[in-house]
Amino acid sequence: MATDTKGILRKLDPYRWEIPVTYKPGMRVPGLVFASEGLMEGIGQDQALEQVANVATLPGVVRYSLAMPDVHWGYGFPVGGVAAMRTQDGVVSPGGVGFDINCGVRLLRTDLQREEVLPHLQRLVDQLYRDVPSGLGEGGAIRLSDAELEAVMTSGSLWAVQNGHGDRQDLEATEEDGRMAGADPRKVSARARQRGRPQLGTLGSGNHFLEVAFVDEVYDRAVAEAFDLHTPGQVVVWIHCGSRGLGHQVCDDFLKVMDGAMRRYGIEVPDRQLACAPISSSEGKDYLAALACAVNFAFANRQAIAAAVRRSFEIVFGRPAGAMGIRQVYDVAHNIAKIERHLVDGRETELCVHRKGATRSFPPGHPAVPLRYRAVGQPVLIPGDMGRYSFVCVGTPAAMTESWGSACHGAGRVASRTAIKKTLRGQDVEATLRGQGVIARAGGWASLAEEMPAAYKDVAEVVRVTDAAGLARRVARTRPMGVIKG
Amino acid sequence: MYELLEHTADIGILAVGRDAAEAFAQAAKGFAAVTLQDPASVEERETRSVEVTAPDEEALLVAWVNELVFLQDAEGFLVGRTVVQKITATRLKALLYGEPFDPERHRMATQVKAATYHQVKVEHDGGCRLRVILDI
Repeated sequence: MATDTKGILRKLDPYRWEIPVTYKPGMRVPGLVFASEGLMEGIGQDQALEQVANVATLPGVVRYSLAMPDVHWGYGFPVGGVAAMRTQDGVVSPGGVGFDINCGVRLLRTDLQREEVLPHLQRLVDQLYRDVPSGLGEGGAIRLSDAELEAVMTSGSLWAVQNGHGDRQDLEATEEDGRMAGADPRKVSARARQRGRPQLGTLGSGNHFLEVAFVDEVYDRAVAEAFDLHTPGQVVVWIHCGSRGLGHQVCDDFLKVMDGAMRRYGIEVPDRQLACAPISSSEGKDYLAALACAVNFAFANRQAIAAAVRRSFEIVFGRPAGAMGIRQVYDVAHNIAKIERHLVDGRETELCVHRKGATRSFPPGHPAVPLRYRAVGQPVLIPGDMGRYSFVCVGTPAAMTESWGSACHGAGRVASRTAIKKTLRGQDVEATLRGQGVIARAGGWASLAEEMPAAYKDVAEVVRVTDAAGLARRVARTRPMGVIKG
Repeated sequence: MYELLEHTADIGILAVGRDAAEAFAQAAKGFAAVTLQDPASVEERETRSVEVTAPDEEALLVAWVNELVFLQDAEGFLVGRTVVQKITATRLKALLYGEPFDPERHRMATQVKAATYHQVKVEHDGGCRLRVILDI
């Protein structure tokens, strides 16, 4: 596939490419990739398209195996892959969610302007670095007993708010209200709990980060105002992290379970990382119950981190968070599987929608969109890389029709971490970013170099194509001022 | 001996040994090289005895590395030296010599979420060659 994409793909229009259902034995539906010519050059370089085709072989998959414009090679499902299976006879696959269950993004807005923050930026970054454990080998900020961990798994953001992290307004501004139904802690292994218990309130590493940024361009004034973002220069905060060791272990546990169970259900997959089980099976139900626990842990995590961010701002600026207008815009998951109802051949059908490195993108009027945004649509938060820009978009009706209400999640990686480390040392990265006016603090120089902007596709192009394809509309762009990484 | 392998979003370990025991021990060294800035900084102050079982040897390799991930993430245990005492296609028993993470002496490099089944390989060709991709 890498050498002959032009020969295999059928271009449907400037932003839609089909992988025919005949491409590979076992495919039940075609693949559909949302991309531009330019992005497709990069996409054809790795095995992502092969993986899109593999996902199309899974039982119960409906209509298309989808790929978002930032698709890249992952394991099993590609990152940027979306696939929906009928709950009646389809499968759920942990690889379609990812190891970092509910890796996601939260955006906070403030009334502060860039000019008033700049003189305090170094102090703010240092304070955030102290208040939000990010790095490698550190402990967590919040001590949890076993009973409290269970409460976190069942109640997610609600637990956090009840325990002093943020307030109830944050809940409505979170996907699933920060608390996914169906969580059953009994389905989460002792190992997963052991990993997760000391990690609540921590960012983790890899591509996770906390970023102080400013709005530098508004594309849709009306929607931006509905999102409480309106002034160029307005300071916002991005938080990107997931369910930490708890989610990783849940995924590993169930990949093992399903790897063993698949044979009993007569399921064969072209890639072992696509291990799956029927949604209606005990293994499938157990996974979804454990998944919800990990999802809730991640929501609680971002809730706790957002509360820490508010406190950091209070310390640095000497004013209450409320007086600075620090409020949550939204919080989205981009590694998740959800039971949703969608129109299939004109009939409302219950589907299990896998979004791996893809963000929900629901339209105006949808009941799952918070009341305050229902007239305009769901905020779709798209972080870029730390040197350049990030985007706020809004969900569309077209996404509901074409991608089960899904859009991209951010810039995809183009270069491997080891290749990038060879080209630039962490200290050069810090100097380069400083030259661009961005202050970065990271747990180790190695981790900074790995996340070099050059390692990623240009998120602006990914978002432009997402917008052009109709999956989410651009609302505003932000640029980084200060970044904290693990 | 081991080698680290490039992968778009993640990293892989290629490990080689005269037999499976040696190769699996080398994989543990590769894991240390991924996760620590200076693997030599780990002293052998404690021992852990681990046993891993799996339905086949590829799953065994994944489970082995995930055991190291778990020990590091859940217990902060860093492995300096590994002795694989017994290994079959479905079971591995090993002694791990290492110590708990000490922020004064140890610097972490990359946090591993899990070992994956992606392109996992266990080959016996006179010696033993392993490949496992890590999600980081």
